[in-house]
Amino acid sequence: MTEKNNLKAWLYLLPALIFMIIFMVYPLMDVFVYSFEEGYNFVSGRSSGTGLYNFSYVLHDTYFLQAVKNTFVMVIITVPLSTGFALLISLALNSITKLRELFQTVYFLPYVTNTLAVGLVFMVLFKKTAYSDGLINLLITFFGGKSVDFIDGPYWAKMFVMCFYIIWVVLPFKVLLLTSALASVNSTYYNAARVDGTGSLRIFFKITLPMISPTIFYLVITGFIGAFKEYSDAVALFGTDLNAAGMNTIVGYVYDMLYGDSGGFPSFASAAAIILFVIVLTITCINLLVSKKHVYYT
Amino acid sequence: MKVVLDKLTKVFPPRGGKGDAVTAVKDFSFEIPDGKLVALLGPSGCGKSTILNMICGLERPTEGKIIFGEDDVTQVNPELRGVGMVFQNYALYPHMSVYNNIIFPLGNLKGEEKLTKEQMREKAEKVAALVQIENLLERKPKELSGGQQQRVAIARALIKTPRLLLMDEPLSNLDARLRLQTREEIRRIQRETGVTTVFVTHDQEEAMSISDMIVVMKDGELHQFGKPQEVYDDPANLFVAKFLGTPAINVFEGSVKGEKLYIGDDCVLDVPGVKDCDVTVGIRPEGFTYDANGSFKCKLDRIEVMGRDISIVSKNDKCEAPVVRSIIDSDMRPDEDSDIVSFNLRPGKVHLFDAGTGARIRFGKENK
Repeated sequence: MTEKNNLKAWLYLLPALIFMIIFMVYPLMDVFVYSFEEGYNFVSGRSSGTGLYNFSYVLHDTYFLQAVKNTFVMVIITVPLSTGFALLISLALNSITKLRELFQTVYFLPYVTNTLAVGLVFMVLFKKTAYSDGLINLLITFFGGKSVDFIDGPYWAKMFVMCFYIIWVVLPFKVLLLTSALASVNSTYYNAARVDGTGSLRIFFKITLPMISPTIFYLVITGFIGAFKEYSDAVALFGTDLNAAGMNTIVGYVYDMLYGDSGGFPSFASAAAIILFVIVLTITCINLLVSKKHVYYT
Repeated sequence: MKVVLDKLTKVFPPRGGKGDAVTAVKDFSFEIPDGKLVALLGPSGCGKSTILNMICGLERPTEGKIIFGEDDVTQVNPELRGVGMVFQNYALYPHMSVYNNIIFPLGNLKGEEKLTKEQMREKAEKVAALVQIENLLERKPKELSGGQQQRVAIARALIKTPRLLLMDEPLSNLDARLRLQTREEIRRIQRETGVTTVFVTHDQEEAMSISDMIVVMKDGELHQFGKPQEVYDDPANLFVAKFLGTPAINVFEGSVKGEKLYIGDDCVLDVPGVKDCDVTVGIRPEGFTYDANGSFKCKLDRIEVMGRDISIVSKNDKCEAPVVRSIIDSDMRPDEDSDIVSFNLRPGKVHLFDAGTGARIRFGKENK
């Protein structure tokens, strides 16, 4: 009987499994294989040998190193900041009663807005053109500062806009999840704490935070993974030639190696992809280890 | 500490501006004597928990005053009132160990009151011993049974040695056996600490069995306040009479003619001092004595043996319920084959109420 059920279960899983194997597992293995095949050519389907040369090349490529640096800077800045801001906004949303729905909608709007459309808005805000320095520069000069070129100017300015953009794009989803997590904390815990005279900071750190820790942990993990895969937002701001702008990301580098102007190197692209995979895997494992101690599941 | 509630009223505003305002508690006054265990008893939705929340400070009364000892605490925040509260679902913080749950309130002390870790441990161990959970301190709440969680919640409420202990339906989440055990525990803990305690319950048996005083309420209004036995023996109105006692009081339609009480055609009791009128008659199950020549006749349905006593289940057209339950001594067993069973009534166990308002009509010796 169980044997038969097992068979049935596999049968039901089959469609999903077939697609998974064709579009996920096979390419993954293929990428892995490519990454060790030197000078692989799509057209001939041949390579000149196997070894670690691809990795060595990629790791010595200044564009790749720049991309790794950029990606890490984005991850380190945007993940904590976006999670923190989202938490603050959700706490505020949770504590107001008037206009809560309106604000919830406002905060959720970026989520349903197209990345490139958002990019256009950012251009208006930040880009210097022959006619205008951009809204932000107008503000800066109004308060007596010096105008900065955010799109084609110094590295820190470009990175600032990039991180600003990423945070703004990922915020709504985090706010959504955190507000519902906050709302699901049973109010008698707060009543009990109030009767005992617990201050609001202690309530937050000792009760609220542990209670919503699973959601925060989920947001941090997916935030890390998402930020490491950053690419389209960079294109929206700085165009497709990210190497020239010095704002390339690891995924951008992989894309360039495959299809970009300097492209046609699937082996290098695969090696870079594998390196990214290892980085993400390591960070996720560290996250999981840390979470064991600090995340409380009911 | 003595607690006085003076004309408390709580009106909840309509939700979202729609509908009517709800008056949960109306003009509610009573005095909780120092060191007593008092039960707030009433059917669900009668405003018991609202009163508890007002005493504790989580809700502010719309009108009226709350006085703790000599202090008017009506506008005082809960943390400054010196109360311990046990919530219905215990509200134990699930991510903390039992020990950390118990000492949580101590962590809120500031300035000179601040305790060292050793002092906290000492206090926690003392209160844990009181509620007998010394060996559970390192566990998480979810690893405990309902009864154990209840004890932890009581320990947490007691650790700051509150002036007043409040419990919201303390036994409702426990199974029947644990409920009996735990209510004895609550009684014992209250005796040992001597802390004035108020608990809310909808279970009259629970309230009667362990409290020094019970407050019977309905629809936000106080119906009667007194010692359990007094309230049972001398109910102020039909609601109180019906709400207290298992098996419940038997209620009949009756009438008084010439200072005699009639149920149907049977003249069952002398009721000196009562004018002729229609009445509602309440007779406690123990108010019947079996007598083959008794004045009150019912159709015999069955006899249930309960050991020392027997319960005679009979029928009467004038009875509000489908059957009349009477409890009599097993020596007085009636003939099971007869259709009719006759009783005499014991005056102290028969209560008359106004047929319209349900207010008590006293007669004979009761009419002091």
